[in-house]
Amino acid sequence: MKKSVFFGALTVAALTAGVASAATLDDVKARGSLNCGVSTGVVGFASPDANGVWEGFDIGICRAVAAAIFGDSDAVEFVPTTGQTRFTALASGEIDMLARNTTWTFSRDTDLKFEFVGVNYYDGQGFLVPKDLGVSSAKDLDGATVCIQTGTTTELNLSDFFRINNISYEPVPIETNAEGRQQYIAGACDVYTTDASGLAATRSTFESPDDHVLLPEIISKEPLGPLVRHGDSEWGDVVRWTLNALVSAEELGVTSANLAELSAAPTNNPEVNRLLGTEGELGAMIGLDANWAVNAIGAGGNYGELFEKNIGESTPIGLARGLNAMWTEGGLIYSPPFR
Amino acid sequence: MSTLTDPPKPAFRLSQLIYDTRYRSITIQFVALVLMVLGIGWLVNNTVQNLEDLGKDFNFGFLGSPAGYDINQQLVDYNSQMSHGRAAFVGILNTLLVAFLGCVTATVIGVTAGVLRLSKNWVVSRLMAVYVEGFRNVPLLIWIILVFAIMIESMPEPKKFRGADPAASMIFSDHVAVTNRGIWIPRIGFTNSLSGNEAVASVEGLPAVASGGADWALIGVVLLISIVAIGFVRARSTRMQQATGYRPTTWYLQLGILVIPFAIVGLFLGMTVVTPYLKGFNFTEGIHLRNSLIALWLALSLYTGAFIAEIVRAGIMAVSEGQSEAASALGMRPKRTMNLVILPQAMRVIVPPLISQYLNLAKNSSLAIAVGYMDVRATLGGITISQTGRELEGMLLLGAFYLLLSLIISSVMNYFNNRTQLRER
Repeated sequence: MKKSVFFGALTVAALTAGVASAATLDDVKARGSLNCGVSTGVVGFASPDANGVWEGFDIGICRAVAAAIFGDSDAVEFVPTTGQTRFTALASGEIDMLARNTTWTFSRDTDLKFEFVGVNYYDGQGFLVPKDLGVSSAKDLDGATVCIQTGTTTELNLSDFFRINNISYEPVPIETNAEGRQQYIAGACDVYTTDASGLAATRSTFESPDDHVLLPEIISKEPLGPLVRHGDSEWGDVVRWTLNALVSAEELGVTSANLAELSAAPTNNPEVNRLLGTEGELGAMIGLDANWAVNAIGAGGNYGELFEKNIGESTPIGLARGLNAMWTEGGLIYSPPFR
Repeated sequence: MSTLTDPPKPAFRLSQLIYDTRYRSITIQFVALVLMVLGIGWLVNNTVQNLEDLGKDFNFGFLGSPAGYDINQQLVDYNSQMSHGRAAFVGILNTLLVAFLGCVTATVIGVTAGVLRLSKNWVVSRLMAVYVEGFRNVPLLIWIILVFAIMIESMPEPKKFRGADPAASMIFSDHVAVTNRGIWIPRIGFTNSLSGNEAVASVEGLPAVASGGADWALIGVVLLISIVAIGFVRARSTRMQQATGYRPTTWYLQLGILVIPFAIVGLFLGMTVVTPYLKGFNFTEGIHLRNSLIALWLALSLYTGAFIAEIVRAGIMAVSEGQSEAASALGMRPKRTMNLVILPQAMRVIVPPLISQYLNLAKNSSLAIAVGYMDVRATLGGITISQTGRELEGMLLLGAFYLLLSLIISSVMNYFNNRTQLRER
C-alpha cells in the first residue's frame, strides 16, 4: 500500500517536472539574466572585443532587452550559435531570444514555430569577389566555387539564383563567418555570399578591403530581426516593444545624451512621456518597471545611435542607412505608437 | 506407532521478499524494471508535453518536401529540387564512402605499421613507434583540421595553373592537379559508352568521353566471371596436388583469365583515361577529391591506423615464440612463417578489437562537421533540421542510421571473426 502511494507520488512528480514552463519573462527574472543567442562572430553585428566583451548591432538589442527587464545591460549571457544550431537552441529553450541576423520568412514564422518581433535591419544577399577575378556581374559566375553558410536562407537563395540563371556552381559549405573569411582569403572559394551587410562587415576586417568588391546584384530580400518561440506572447511583447522603444526614441529625438534630462520630469511631448514612463502605466502593462524604456535606451542609445556606433558610415564597415533610415527620412524603420 | 509426515511448509510471508535470498533478487529486478519504465515514461511524457507547448507535431512528412539546397559531393544524381529524403540519402552515401575508404586505408596503414614496429631494424621500429604514439595521443579533430588547413593554406589556387608560365603545375606528367580546392585525378571514360556519348568533349577536337553505370556494370560482370574461373583453376590445381603431390604452375593462366577478357571489353567500350584540365574558375573533368573528403579520409585513416597498429602488434606478440621456432625448424622461410603460421593465429586476437576500431571510424566520420564534408550529419542532421525545424525527427533518424550502420559493420565482422576463430572438433 505504502509502496503504491510512493510510486504514485513519484509519477505525479515526474509528470509535473515534465511540463515546461511557458512564462519566459518569469524564468528570465528568476534566473537573473537573459540568454541571448547571437552569431559566432560578425564584426559590427556581434563579436567579442579584445577584452572578450560582446559588442555590435545585434548585441545592442540583447543588451537593451536585458536593461529593460533588469535595469542592467550586462545581465545577459551571450550564446554563440551557428546557422545550423540557432533554431534548435531557441526551440529547446537554451536561449530566450535570438538576435543573429536571422531572416524573417514565412516557414520560420509558421512551421518552425517562431515569432519574429520586428525587423532591425533590412538586408539583401550579395556576392563578394576579389577584384582580380575580373567578374562584374553575378551572372558571370558560371562554374565558380562559392563559400556559403549552411542552414541559412542565403543557401536556398543561392541555389535558386544559379538554377534560374541556368549556370552551375560548386558550393563550399561553411559553419561560421570566420571559416568563410578564412577560406575566401586563401582563395579556396572564388566568391563569398551572405547578407550584404555581413559581407561589408567581413570585408572591413581584410588587410586590403579595397581589393574586393561587392557585385551589383542583390538577389534577395533579407529582413533581419530578433525572434522568440511561439506560445509565449507576453515574452514576445517584451522583446518587440523594446525594439520599438529604440526606434521610437530615434524618431522622437531621445538619445543617450538627453535621456537623463527627458526622463527626469514630464516634458511637453506626451508620447515621449509615455515612452519614458513619466506618464501612464505602459511598463506595468508588459510586466516591467515604469522606466523600462529609459533603461533600454540607456543601454546603448536609440536605434540610430546603435547603427552609427556599430555599422554606420563612420565605422570601418561603413554601411549607409539606406532602407534602414527612419520612415520620416525615406527609410523603412517605423514603430507603432506608444499609447 | 509413529507416522512420518513432511514438515509443514511455512506460509509465504511478505517479508521474504526482502529477507529471503530466494525472493530478494526477484524483488530487486522488479523494482529496477518499474524504475526504468517510469524513467522512460517520464522522458516520453516530457517530450510530448514540450512538443505540445511549442505547438509542434511529430511526423516525417518533411522528408518528401523539396530540399532547396545544393550538395557539392554527390554519388547519386541530386539537385536542389529533390526531396529532403533524397538529400539525406546523398549524405548517407557520402558517410558510407568516407567510412569505407577510411576502414580500408586504416587497415593497410595499421597492419603495415604494426608489423614494422616489431621489425628488428631499430630505425624502422622507432619510426613506427613515433607514428603510433603521435597519432594515438592527439585528438582526431585536430588532425582533421590540420590536414584541412594545410590543404587550403599551402596548396596553389587553380588560377595559378593558368598562363604561359604558370606558378604551379600538375604532377604525374600533367595528370593530377593538387589545388587548395582539392585534388583532381584522372577518371576512366568510354568513347563507345553503352549509355551514349552525351558528355561534353574534354578538349575541343577530341571525341566526347562518357562514363555510364552500364559500362561499369559490364566490366564488373566480366571481372566477376574471371574471378570465378580463376577459382576453378585453383581448385583444380589443389585437386591435382592432393592426387599427385605436385601443384601445377598456373599463375600465367590465372593472369590471362583476369586480364584478357577485361582488355577485350575495355577495347570494345573504348576505355580511355580522361585527364582534368583548367576551364573557367576551376579544373573540370576527372574526379574531384574535395579538401573536406581528403582531410577527413586521411585523418581518420592515420588516426585509426595507429590504434590498429597496436592491435596488430599485440596479436602477433600473442602468438607463442615456439610457433615461429617450430616453423623455422620445418624449414619455412620468414615470410611464409608470418603468412601461414603467425598471422592466422594472430587474427584470432586481432579481429575482435578491430571491430570496435571500424565502428569508431564509422562514427567518427561525423566529425565531418569540422570541415564541411557533406555527410548525413550535415544534410539530414544539419541543413534539413535547420530548414524544417524537425530537430527531434531528424536526430532520431540520424541516430537510427548510425545504429544500423554500426550493427551491420559489427555483424559482418563477427561473421569474419567466427571464421577465423579456432575450431575445436
